[in-house]
Amino acid sequence: MCLSQHFWQFLIPGITLGCLYALIAIGYTLVYGVLQLINFAHSEVFMTGGFAGLFLVQALVTTGVTPHGTESVLYVVLGICCGAIFGGIVAFLLERVAYRPLRRRNAPRLIYLITAIGASLFLFNLAGKLFGRDKVNVPELYTNGVVFTVFGAQVRVQQIIIVCTALGMMLMLDAVVNRTKLGAGIRAVAQDSQTASLMGVNINRVISQTFVIGGLLGGAAGFLFGTYLNVHYQMGFLPGIKAFAAAVLGGIGNIRGAMIGGLLLGIVESLSQSCMSSQWIDVVAFVVLILVLMFRPTGILGQRLGRAA
Amino acid sequence: MSQVGGLPVRVKRSRKVDPRLVRLFGWLVLGALLRLMTVTTEGTATDHTLVLDAAFKSTALIWWLLGAVAVWALTELWRARKVGSLVSDRTAGARKQWRTVSDRKLTRQLAVLALVLAALIIPNLMSEFYQRVLVDQVAVFVLLAVGLNVVVGWSGLLDLGYIAFFAIGAYTTAYFTGSLPVTPGFRLNPFVILPIAVIVCLIAGLLLGAPTLRLRGDYLAIVTLGFHEIVQLFLVNKNNWTGGNQGVSKPIPHFSINIFGIHYQWTLDSMPYWYLFMGMLAIVVFLFARLEHSKVGRSWTAIREDEVAAAASGVPTVKYKLMAFSIGASTSGLAGVLYGSRLGYINPASFPVVLSITVLSYVIFGGMGAIIGVIAGAALLTFLPAVFQEQNLVRQEDIPMWIGAILVVMMLFRPQGLIPSRRRRRELRLAQQGIADADAMSEAPEGRQ
Amino acid sequence: MSDTGHEPRHAAPTPPLLAVRAVTLRFGGLTSLNDVNLTVERGAIQAVIGPNGAGKTSLFNCLTGVYTPQLGSIEFTSDGVTTQLVTGTERRRRSKKPHMVSRIGVARTFQNIRLFAALSAFDNVKIAAETRHRTGPVGAMLHLPNAQANDRATDERTEDLLDFVGLEGVADELASSLSYGVQRRLEIARALATDPQLLLLDEPAAGTNPTEKRELEQLIRRINAERDITVLLIEHDMRLVMSIADRVTVLNFGKVIAHGRPAQVQQDPVVVEAYLGSADETEAEGGEEADRGD
Repeated sequence: MCLSQHFWQFLIPGITLGCLYALIAIGYTLVYGVLQLINFAHSEVFMTGGFAGLFLVQALVTTGVTPHGTESVLYVVLGICCGAIFGGIVAFLLERVAYRPLRRRNAPRLIYLITAIGASLFLFNLAGKLFGRDKVNVPELYTNGVVFTVFGAQVRVQQIIIVCTALGMMLMLDAVVNRTKLGAGIRAVAQDSQTASLMGVNINRVISQTFVIGGLLGGAAGFLFGTYLNVHYQMGFLPGIKAFAAAVLGGIGNIRGAMIGGLLLGIVESLSQSCMSSQWIDVVAFVVLILVLMFRPTGILGQRLGRAA
Repeated sequence: MSQVGGLPVRVKRSRKVDPRLVRLFGWLVLGALLRLMTVTTEGTATDHTLVLDAAFKSTALIWWLLGAVAVWALTELWRARKVGSLVSDRTAGARKQWRTVSDRKLTRQLAVLALVLAALIIPNLMSEFYQRVLVDQVAVFVLLAVGLNVVVGWSGLLDLGYIAFFAIGAYTTAYFTGSLPVTPGFRLNPFVILPIAVIVCLIAGLLLGAPTLRLRGDYLAIVTLGFHEIVQLFLVNKNNWTGGNQGVSKPIPHFSINIFGIHYQWTLDSMPYWYLFMGMLAIVVFLFARLEHSKVGRSWTAIREDEVAAAASGVPTVKYKLMAFSIGASTSGLAGVLYGSRLGYINPASFPVVLSITVLSYVIFGGMGAIIGVIAGAALLTFLPAVFQEQNLVRQEDIPMWIGAILVVMMLFRPQGLIPSRRRRRELRLAQQGIADADAMSEAPEGRQ
Repeated sequence: MSDTGHEPRHAAPTPPLLAVRAVTLRFGGLTSLNDVNLTVERGAIQAVIGPNGAGKTSLFNCLTGVYTPQLGSIEFTSDGVTTQLVTGTERRRRSKKPHMVSRIGVARTFQNIRLFAALSAFDNVKIAAETRHRTGPVGAMLHLPNAQANDRATDERTEDLLDFVGLEGVADELASSLSYGVQRRLEIARALATDPQLLLLDEPAAGTNPTEKRELEQLIRRINAERDITVLLIEHDMRLVMSIADRVTVLNFGKVIAHGRPAQVQQDPVVVEAYLGSADETEAEGGEEADRGD
């Protein structure tokens, strides 16, 4: 069987990539929960984080010298924060400039989608114009040594950083959504925005905050992805679609579902590499998406953030 | 301290910024952004600030900002009704006149006639370069847009993978003319391949649509996008079938007709291809116009307006969606045959995923649902960029960026498009008033009792 | 459940037009319909009443294939042919899709009027009428003689229907610009356009004024008498129900609690306890509540 060989060697990268998908998927699911809208432009939020973190790191690191120790940690943290912040900013602007005017006018759903597509097209081509259309590698921030091995599969520093950061952010998000007033607001708006506003929830503010949170996570994922692979003006396209598939897999609108969906998709995708040539890997996410939509459209976790099925 | 009901109350003075200043800021940002977009430098991976410097460290920026301030001033005056009411009062009568005239059937027929004459005569007066633009860009994309209009405009299905069928049509032509690594053992000329490609794409449309058209609008969009991506992967990776990234090994022969004693061979010359495309377009538009005003067209409208009510009234919704989808797909395939034989050399890069989105934007920009609007939109958005590019006003790589910006602006300010159908205008107006849902995008479960 | 109705006068052993047996519909934890049994005889005008949330519209949705009940069966019999509208094993249930149900002969209107707002009244009805003929895209594009003949015939039928419901004057008006009462009649015309044998009316009198209610009453009678169409209607207006219904079924919390002639049901203590008022409903309800000392 194609899976039995090198199982762990494919699993580890799968988990790593899966964490990234999860971070991005949360952004899709959050916006879907409160607006019932697929934010096509979220992939560009991801890309922005990648570029922002890249530039900061390029400015900090002297060429050719690989930092170590506290320097490494500092740079990584700064890169992540920078990516997150700029992701949040772009997400915020997106909501304010492109979506809010449509909400005010009660625009039909198709218009939102077209605006999202247009914004996406605009943003990544603008990035291409500004920063060139070649793939850029993020400078080494640490020596990527092997930390330990699991059943013969190596686990490296980079993967640990990505997984730990992602898990940390997801735990924080879970806490925010379930234990803070902001989170309660998000859940209320996702469930029934009219009643929520009657209860005194400021809908516009909650929606803005939702976008920003999604943007923070997506932007951070962008930087981490950049360190893992590379930064490129079209880097958001495929991961964006895959993350959306992951969100649907877990149950669109359900935050925990997005986390699980992301991890699962990353693992499945990676394990498929042992079964098929790597050129076709991208197909896996689409196949998963179609299967989910045909046989279990509510996803693994089923219920949405707010709305009843 | 004020008094409310006898109790002293501290009134918090709201610290909001004057909205006019906010608007000024917005216009200034827009001006700077436009400056950035119009600068003709392209960035490189190594120098991040190259384009930013070129855009902002020059006097041109000042002009843009001044222009922004001027526009702001005008809009503020308009808002304050100092200029606005005067102008809109005087033009109100004229606008109403225009609406009654333009709605009249005779006017429309005359307009169509004028367009047909223009299409036949004017290209002959253009330079060689522009004739090529007309054929390679305008004609092809107008045909594609008319086909996509059936899917998106009339049936409300958001298809983001439309160009996949275009590719299938072109590659089918390559296959049957023996230009691919795999050959069928015989050669056909592109004219004969037309019906074959139409049928192939029809079937492909049915295959893709059958499992996916019952999905909600947003999901359908992603799935169709995925389909295009998969077709691309296939074209790129299956080297021994499709020639991989190189594409066809030898060019697809030009179009030729050899029937009923009519012999004609197309060559590199642009004008004969222009007439060929126009002829095809005329046939397609004619058939589609009939379709629009038939039972099929009405059923599509019903599905788009209220799918649940349509189903309850006996309209088999999935069947009609499939019909629209396949008709769109086969039109795309038809265009693919013509494109393939015109271009000769095709490879996967000729059919990028972004192109699907671009054709969609032509349809939306032009006024989805109205054939005339769609033709106008596609013609403008393919011809004008070519003109600007030739005049070095914009670089080819930047065109998608402008398309994206235009899409967003259109949706914000004129979502019905350039020349919308009357029905579309009505639908959007009703949606704004909270009545009905202009597109069959949201699930509308019947009363939960 | 109390059944105090008499058998129909012509006691022929023909199966009822519609037979709903043991239908149960659940949404997650909520049971919307609980073991509902209901029959509708051909040619009757039957009403389904009950307090809000009793499951009346859910019942209609099951009948037309919008919802699939987890248990039970729904049979439609006409011309000696019985069609099961719900089939399948206990785990995988399927119901006939709405457009199939329409083809079989069941038409409906909606509680909150679902017309094609941006289309004319004429087109609203025509769309439903032309589902009956088989013109396809080829016929449409090529203007085949068959297609043209079908189209002319449909136009005539549509005009007929609009005349029948009294809307001949507004045929070219936009559906959304019509008054409420007119919209209701238009929806009925559209439902009739599919040539149904059973017409489901979901609160046809809701929101109408007394004049419109009287016209509606006449229209329903004419539909039943002149066009030989069986009517099943959900209504809250007791006066209307008492006036035109041959039989009344009462639902409460998803269960059938009474069935029979209107007068009997009205006096049934179970029903009275559930909610029933007299001609002035709200007054009676208020009085009842006061009596019970809530």
